[in-house]
Amino acid sequence: MTTTQSVMPYDEALERFEPVLGLETHVELGTESKMFCGCSTAFGAPPNTHVCPVCLALPGALPVANDKAIESTIRIGLALNCTIAEWCRFARKNYFYPDMPKNYQISQYDEPLCSNGYLDVEVNGETVRIEIERVHLEEDTGKSTHVGGATGRIHGADYSIVDYNRAGIPLVEIVTKPIPGTDRLAPEVARAYVTELREVMRTLGVSDVRMEEGSLRCDVNVSLMPRGSAEWGTRTETKNVNSLRSVERAVRGEIERQAAILADGGKIVQETRHFHEDTGATTSGRSKEEAQDYRYFPEPDLLPIAPSPEWIAELRGELPELPGARRKRLQAEWGVSELDMAAMHNAGAIDLVEATVEAGVPAADARKWWMGELARRANESGRALAELPITPGQIARVVELVSSGALNDKLARQVLEGVLAGEGSPDEVVEARGLRIVNDEGELSSIIDQVLSANADAADKVRAGKIAAAGALVGGVMKASRGKADAARARELILEKLGVSE
Amino acid sequence: MSLIRKTAAELGALIASGEVSAVEVAQAHLDRIAEVDPQINAFLHVAADSALAQARAVDERRAAGEPLGPLAGVPIAHKDVFTTKDMPTTAGSKILEGYRPPYDATVTARLREAGLVILGKTNLDEFAMGSSTENSAYGPTRNPWDLSRIPGGSSGGSSAAVAAYQAPLSTGTDTGGSIRQPAAVTGIVGMKPTYGGSSRYGLIAFASSLDTPGPFARNVLDAALLHEAFSGHDSMDSTSIHEPVPPVVEAARRADVAGLRVGVVKEFGGEGYQPGVLARFREAVDLLESLGAKVVEVSCPSFGYALPAYYLIAPSECSSNLARFDGMRYGLRVGDDGTRSAEEVMALTRAAGFGPEVKRRIMLGTYALSSGYYDAYYGSAQKVRTLIARDFEAAFHQVDVLVSPTTPTTAFPIGERADDPMAMYLADLCTIPANLSGNAAISVPCGLADEDGLPVGLQIMAPVLGDDRCYRVGAAVEKALEDRWGGPLLKEAPSL
Repeated sequence: MTTTQSVMPYDEALERFEPVLGLETHVELGTESKMFCGCSTAFGAPPNTHVCPVCLALPGALPVANDKAIESTIRIGLALNCTIAEWCRFARKNYFYPDMPKNYQISQYDEPLCSNGYLDVEVNGETVRIEIERVHLEEDTGKSTHVGGATGRIHGADYSIVDYNRAGIPLVEIVTKPIPGTDRLAPEVARAYVTELREVMRTLGVSDVRMEEGSLRCDVNVSLMPRGSAEWGTRTETKNVNSLRSVERAVRGEIERQAAILADGGKIVQETRHFHEDTGATTSGRSKEEAQDYRYFPEPDLLPIAPSPEWIAELRGELPELPGARRKRLQAEWGVSELDMAAMHNAGAIDLVEATVEAGVPAADARKWWMGELARRANESGRALAELPITPGQIARVVELVSSGALNDKLARQVLEGVLAGEGSPDEVVEARGLRIVNDEGELSSIIDQVLSANADAADKVRAGKIAAAGALVGGVMKASRGKADAARARELILEKLGVSE
Repeated sequence: MSLIRKTAAELGALIASGEVSAVEVAQAHLDRIAEVDPQINAFLHVAADSALAQARAVDERRAAGEPLGPLAGVPIAHKDVFTTKDMPTTAGSKILEGYRPPYDATVTARLREAGLVILGKTNLDEFAMGSSTENSAYGPTRNPWDLSRIPGGSSGGSSAAVAAYQAPLSTGTDTGGSIRQPAAVTGIVGMKPTYGGSSRYGLIAFASSLDTPGPFARNVLDAALLHEAFSGHDSMDSTSIHEPVPPVVEAARRADVAGLRVGVVKEFGGEGYQPGVLARFREAVDLLESLGAKVVEVSCPSFGYALPAYYLIAPSECSSNLARFDGMRYGLRVGDDGTRSAEEVMALTRAAGFGPEVKRRIMLGTYALSSGYYDAYYGSAQKVRTLIARDFEAAFHQVDVLVSPTTPTTAFPIGERADDPMAMYLADLCTIPANLSGNAAISVPCGLADEDGLPVGLQIMAPVLGDDRCYRVGAAVEKALEDRWGGPLLKEAPSL
């Protein structure tokens, strides 16, 4: 993009202004068939192969609502602590665009299926409650590709092509209430919310929530007000924010941009802005003055949705344990602090630790290995923890070898290194690398004798009662044994040989 | 008697018994079409080859000893607003000129399943918007009673085809009266079933909450047979009712009104009504009384607001329904010369493809739905709709059916109201309430107006899913009048 815009450094912007956030998230449901017809929703099929008279809006075709999508939306609403409408309708949102076959979108307007809920998210070990305004069900549009031109956008393109495979895929829109009071943490809160929402969707099994494939998309609303002001500023809506990192960047970038304008005495234009993944910048889209009148009215081709209280109760009863509740339970079971839990959450370690604990490892050990050695290695190789080629079961085996005395921590790290390097199972690595601890008393005794004679000064100090000097002797034994000695046993033998006791 | 003069029930029986072949019957009607349609212009497309092939298939099934339904082999004219995968489907619009749908409407598919032989597609007001068939992009259809007059609309091609003996049966759609009004002004029977009683899947939408497919025939029993053939629940139409088709054929055969309570709608009559129409209507009411019905006057005070409410709701829905005709995926495309944006091509296509009445209604509806006006227009109209439904409900506590003239006047001359939309809209004054409430209603011939010798229709309205009552009363009136006239009213029509 050639547009340059002045920005105010983030810290300065936050000294002068307070942000108010709002997030609109679109989630494509993972139903087998589309929202209003029987076409497949599978991603990646050749263009315009998952289409029929209904989703192409051929003359005379009519929609039939997908019950499974309605069920999924209610489950999402319940998971987000919403009230489920006893009776509500679909509405037509009218506007012309070539990727929308009917030139109206079947959506919901003033009667959303779910409303007034909340989602608790954790930021830096603190819980922030995000209020949910509404959750409603609608259909996705097709996908336009603009060919030719420099920007890939419609202006300047030579021609455009449309793929209607996506047209009519069920889409759930989740809208937060305005989120004030996040202060400096606004970008982190926004990211934490989308992350938590994504986990809720995964836990419910309603969507594959792949941001890179567009099955979870986010629009970010930001406004600023001068510190101490009670009146919120004019907001912008940044669209096309398609990764967690981008959510954070978009909020931050918009705070910096708006602060510069406001500090300059300028006014924020109420508009939609487009986020550019490459630069992290946003560019102006449609302003409110150009905003369309969607001429919403109740969809006459579909019956109202009237879920029975019994059905809602049944769906509520069948909800899985949600991520927040699960984390609280695991935190209590594992006896760790909020901050430790948050660290595991951020590192994507909770599932791995849980599986390791289930494989028989004490929670503290499981956490130590995943958040220590393995997190370090994941970091080094730029991978997520879950992507490391090692299983919770293998960790459990290593821990077992340590607790049985066959390995010490240092050797265990070498075993893990071997497993990660693809040398086989922990036992295979121990065998191949010869990593078993020295617990032959005779061999250990002779190593100690060598160390004592080579370090006579230290030995004398210990004999004279300076037991602290024994550490150096143990270190010598470990070095001479190339780490394979049992350090605790070596210390006992050293003290015994030198005729002192602790 | 020539084959084209026979009723559908008679033809079905003759074919089933093997006395005549379906091919002979189809050919007779194709010949009639070739003979008179240049004057009538009822057909937009005549499918001679496929009609004969369908007829042959029926004859083969009979020869193979397969059981045939009552209408197997009977020819039918199909309103060109239903999709047909083997024939063009235009909805009377330039914007769909030459368009061939890849799928059959549910009504089309059920006609085929019943063995009906589709002769072709009939003319209509563009997208079923009109009361005269003058709004067709393919020229007006003429009334067989008087070629200078309109055959009603929007299903004017279907009414004219049946009245001119080009087909014993035809399909129509009724959004504000588009079956009953053409039936009335051409002297035939036309039925608007209960909304949701017949499927809209594959019916090119005008106003989704009102559109209702229904039958045309020259007598009540034939209409009932056709009604039964294509009605009933359809999982492809969410607004389709999960109920069995009311016993319409049985009711048409029963044809008695003894003990039935008949309500005369007080609000329909008086100023604006042609004296000859009112005279025939009153005679029909007297006739019902003489047949043993209990006649009372019933007031439906909200019916006076039906017309304005309809002209907000129907255009609102049509403004959205017709948005899909944009030249992007099918139909006409104008201005795509590589220099124009998609929006410009859409606008040029729609400007060139839609006729004036369609544009008028799209604009009306766009305005009525726009932000700031919605409550005053669309919102108020929906409230009127509720009031009308309550009027019907209250009335049907007192009576079993309501009756009125179908139209305030007989067929008017072509061109007379073409430049006066308000005058045109008044043609549907009496038929619109049943659309707004979803009730069943039928029009049956009740004589000729003294002033012009043109047919007058009696409208019989019944509660939702009370379609059988329309047929029962309609058949009783038909029987008594035909006894009086010595045959069907159509015998009085000039021969073509």
